[in-house]
Amino acid sequence: MQLMDLKISSLSKSYGHQKAVDDISFEVKSGEILGFLGPNGAGKTTTMKMLTQYLEPDHGTIWYGNNSSRSSIDLRRTIGYLPEHNPLYEDMPVLDYLAFCASLQGVSAAEIPSRVREMVKKCGLDVEKHKKIGELSKGYRQRVGLAQALIHNPQILILDEPTTGLDPNQIVEIRELIKQLGKEKTVILSTHILPEVEATCDRILIINKGRIVADGTVANLRKQSESRQILHVRIEGADQDNIFSTLQSLPEVSLVDLINRNENKFEVQSRGEIQLNKAIFHLCVEKGWELLELTPFETKLEDIFRDLTIN
Amino acid sequence: MQSPVQIIAKRELNSFFDSLTAYIMLLAFLGFSGFFTWIYGADVFIRKEADLQVFFAIAKWTLFFFIPAITMKMIAEEKKTGTIELLLTKAVSHRQLVLGKYLACMLLVGIALIFTLPYYFSIARLGSVDHGATISGYLGLLLMSSAYIAIGLFASSLTNNQIVAFLLALLIGIFFHFLFDLFSGGTRGFLGNLMNDLSVSRHFESISRGVLDTKDLIYFASLTLLGLFMAEQLITKRK
Repeated sequence: MQLMDLKISSLSKSYGHQKAVDDISFEVKSGEILGFLGPNGAGKTTTMKMLTQYLEPDHGTIWYGNNSSRSSIDLRRTIGYLPEHNPLYEDMPVLDYLAFCASLQGVSAAEIPSRVREMVKKCGLDVEKHKKIGELSKGYRQRVGLAQALIHNPQILILDEPTTGLDPNQIVEIRELIKQLGKEKTVILSTHILPEVEATCDRILIINKGRIVADGTVANLRKQSESRQILHVRIEGADQDNIFSTLQSLPEVSLVDLINRNENKFEVQSRGEIQLNKAIFHLCVEKGWELLELTPFETKLEDIFRDLTIN
Repeated sequence: MQSPVQIIAKRELNSFFDSLTAYIMLLAFLGFSGFFTWIYGADVFIRKEADLQVFFAIAKWTLFFFIPAITMKMIAEEKKTGTIELLLTKAVSHRQLVLGKYLACMLLVGIALIFTLPYYFSIARLGSVDHGATISGYLGLLLMSSAYIAIGLFASSLTNNQIVAFLLALLIGIFFHFLFDLFSGGTRGFLGNLMNDLSVSRHFESISRGVLDTKDLIYFASLTLLGLFMAEQLITKRK
């Protein structure tokens, strides 16, 4: 299958006076899964609607591989889209609906039955395939939405909140499916669920008020926000107040906090980008204290997200 | 490979018959027109003429009410549920979407009219029928339906509320069906002629009398194209 990268350059879209998307640029390579994060109303859905050609941008260009046409029917055949709220024809049986979508996307009549069969199998729809879509539970509707997005084997996959309404087992299944698809396709998925991004995405993009506020791998973003190091340490061998004040007096340390009185556990923050581990180890050796625990504390993605999107 | 217009029309037609819409419409249409053609009022037996003029006059009114009922959900419903986004992000143009819906409605009206052919065969046995006038009568009904379907689709693309779409289609329709004709009687000169030219009824009557004038054909074709074009523009406008 032909590979197709996505390149978005200075894309803008306003609704009246409100700027929904404000001059954003990014790239997604084939074989990459990009997680699109942001608070409600940040412009995620608007961006996705422009990528799928449902909305026309006010400014900017979207490159699909080497093509950049603003509204091209042929290009749409290379895109699979699961819209927010997953709208479906309730009165159609699952199989008919999938066949309908396949034929609209230009899958040849001879191939349609095998494509439909494959999607039913891949998305776990076998039990429900003869039912009307309106009779399905939310989880199964979501699978139908995913199946219709994949039916024509598109190079680009755009999924607006693909796991909403699924139970934990289904979420894991769908994530696995997306991961597997991501190996050969260009995937963009938006979500509110932060662990989902960590579990599925190679890269994340955080947008707020229509602008990109962060772009990188989860590990990279962590590093950026952790200009200071945070350690959890347990030290015994002296009374708490003594340990506390000695730690605080280290030149490398900016802040000490006693977080567990019974276990003598402290949270220590560094001053700037200094590694604290050695300093604390040497201090303990020098004083003859017992160092029971020394764990680097990871900033949670939630914290990064909050830092970047509040204000 | 099927064209998107055909695929959409096929889906719509299936959905007419899956829900009860199509059956109710066919039953009501045949019931009304049959009742007034054969049983009640100035029916065929009272007129004692072997023609279908009674049927055409009744069908003109029944279709006037039924067409908005079948077109009302066409675009309004897609907009309300968001399925229009699914369609338009697939390999379908706005024009193909509107044409597909139009074709489905035309086919449903066509099926309804085919079911009235027994009327024609019955009357042909009763006396000598003017075959030309019958054919042009049916043609008149089809052309009129085509114009009203286009108006109905336009109304449906204006709103995402089906009832509003229905009433709007009737409101626009009543001018063409009835009011322009009425006004033209009371006005003289240019305005009177204009009203006369705009009236669906005038053009329909001239066709159903058996006179096939290009003026009438052009009239119905332009009304259809205008309605479909405006519907297409309204769907495009969301961008």
